[in-house]
Amino acid sequence: MSDNTMNPSASKGISRRQFTAAAATGALISSAGLPFRSARAATPLKLGVLLPRSGHLALIGQACQRGAEIGLPMLRDMGYAVELMNADTESNPDSGRTQAEKLIREGAQMLMGCFDSATTLAVAGVAEQKGIPFVVNIGAEPKITEQGFKYVFRNFPSAPMLGKGGLLLYKDMFAAAGVSPKTAVLLHVNDSFGMGMLGGINALMPKLDMPFTIVETIAYDPKARDLSIEVAKAKAAKADFVMTVTRLNDAIMLVREMVKQQVETMGITSPGSPGMYDKQFFKALGKYAEFCSVNIPWFDPKQEMAQVLSKTFEKAFPEESCDLNVGFTFEAVLIAADAHKRAGSSDPQALTEALRATNIAKRVMLGGAIKFEANGQNMNLRSAVVQNLNGRPTVVLPSESAEAKLVFPMPPFKGRT
Amino acid sequence: MDATFFLNVTSGGLLTGLVYGLMALGLSVIFGVMRVVNFAHGDMMVVAMYAAFLLFTKLGIEPVPALPLVAGGLFVFGYLLQRFLINRFLGVTEHIQFLLLLSIAMIITNGLLMVFGPDARNIQLDASFESYSIGPLVLDKVRVIAAITAGGVAALLWAFFRYTTTGTAIRACADNPVGARVVGLDVEKLYAVTFGIGAACVGAAGCLLLLLMDVHPHLSSDYTLLGFIIVILGGLGSLGGALLGGILVGLSEALSGVLIAPSLKSMFSFGLLILVLLLRPHGILGKKP
Repeated sequence: MSDNTMNPSASKGISRRQFTAAAATGALISSAGLPFRSARAATPLKLGVLLPRSGHLALIGQACQRGAEIGLPMLRDMGYAVELMNADTESNPDSGRTQAEKLIREGAQMLMGCFDSATTLAVAGVAEQKGIPFVVNIGAEPKITEQGFKYVFRNFPSAPMLGKGGLLLYKDMFAAAGVSPKTAVLLHVNDSFGMGMLGGINALMPKLDMPFTIVETIAYDPKARDLSIEVAKAKAAKADFVMTVTRLNDAIMLVREMVKQQVETMGITSPGSPGMYDKQFFKALGKYAEFCSVNIPWFDPKQEMAQVLSKTFEKAFPEESCDLNVGFTFEAVLIAADAHKRAGSSDPQALTEALRATNIAKRVMLGGAIKFEANGQNMNLRSAVVQNLNGRPTVVLPSESAEAKLVFPMPPFKGRT
Repeated sequence: MDATFFLNVTSGGLLTGLVYGLMALGLSVIFGVMRVVNFAHGDMMVVAMYAAFLLFTKLGIEPVPALPLVAGGLFVFGYLLQRFLINRFLGVTEHIQFLLLLSIAMIITNGLLMVFGPDARNIQLDASFESYSIGPLVLDKVRVIAAITAGGVAALLWAFFRYTTTGTAIRACADNPVGARVVGLDVEKLYAVTFGIGAACVGAAGCLLLLLMDVHPHLSSDYTLLGFIIVILGGLGSLGGALLGGILVGLSEALSGVLIAPSLKSMFSFGLLILVLLLRPHGILGKKP
């Protein structure tokens, strides 16, 4: 169900009016004085955007799509020229593979996507076969950059990086809160992302000398209709706090079920997964969404480009979350556009070489300059503790980027107003 | 894991099983009377879930009070569908019926996708976060409400077939359609009423399931399959069997989630199905053909 088009407003989830508003806002902000204005590139890069805009990952796929489109006016003003060719992977690796082949047939010079690891791997295979560079916006499965692909570049942490960054932040959390929980129960989805995270956590826990042990690990299907059994099992484990590796809908079900089953815990925290910072999570759970936290790569609130992107996004989409899906997808388009500009060509080999030489210091996410290792992985990525406070995800650690103070242990569900 | 934990899990499985049973009742009624396997069963339930969702979000009517409205709407839909479409296919071979109902299912799913999009939707009631505490037993409030309502609807259905003239006439059609025609019953009309009743059951179950889970268009195939498992377990065409099958599936999901692994709980339902097919192919309460 591809809607390959040069018209970004044709994608699902964004109306023409919203897109026009976003474009106008972006143009307005950029004309008001962003520091990176330069001459425009002549021939635009045809960037094939593969995202799960329907199926069980649709909500997050559409968030990524907004990230791809919202920054186009900003990028244009920075002298970059990109045309998006949008395709829906339908949350299905087979559809992703088919859509990637179709985009390449229709002239895509570079690919970008795909949010979920399984589809990303499928598309990476196509990119490799056709010799087309592929920038991964989000996808944590280690194999993406460990299989020896020559055309794949990932500006997102692998599951072990996510796990390590996320786990190490627990030490900082406990130090900042002055408490020392001894046990945790881990609830995780059993898709490729969840299993990759589990592998990373299990491997890293002993190496990092963590101050707590995981007393029970509970896997569940990401399409599960009901998580009451899983939560009952977690409650029976009587651990000090709950660790989660979730998607969005299951994160909502988990916390709702914890409230119903009166699971009172020191914290509901994720070492690095989507769901709990999403606007839909706040809408569905209200006061019960508060104090949940995620240790995850996030916007750097101190970066000017991040501030501009957030403001532009919030103006255009007041009902949606400006989260890491938006940030990393924006950065993926930035990386592609930057490589195209430096390559001065749309030749796939030239684009690939330019991607290899990427060095982008001004960015929106936490971490150093965007650079790729020989295997295509950007190692300059840093996680933050993002806690839900006053109805929005808020950076509480590291302290140099913090917008508010960490609340841990979290107040009990019972009696919240 | 202590006894309280098992008690809580078992009671949760039992309550969910009752709602599953209500959902499967419609399938069982339709097959029991007309020998038509409704492959659009799950899709009709998802339509009901969306109807309950709209009644809540647009008019503020909660799913339980909305149940008669949604069930009534689904009755009319089922009646008309049978009267003007399915009735024409009653005499044809079974695979043609399957194709017809599968086509209806696909039209419904894709229609819902066009109207509502792929996103999961849910409703939040005050009760959504509440539970009853009876000593160490913690019962989810919406699950209790849903299960009691499901039991009430099933009892009404049983009373309808047992004590009303129309119910008796439908049972006569099920037992002997030729005999029913000979004594002057309008079999086509009674079939349409039966399909309407089956659809109304699904409508009621849809309202109750919206209390327990999110709705999205792709949910339908899961529930069609679940409905088949339940009625085959309980016995095709048996009302009591459908309820028993629902409870068994609810309990097996709960206990297998605890004793084996939560991610394998659906697999356990299929295992139970294979076991019943091997040992008692006509289902636990079904009659031998």
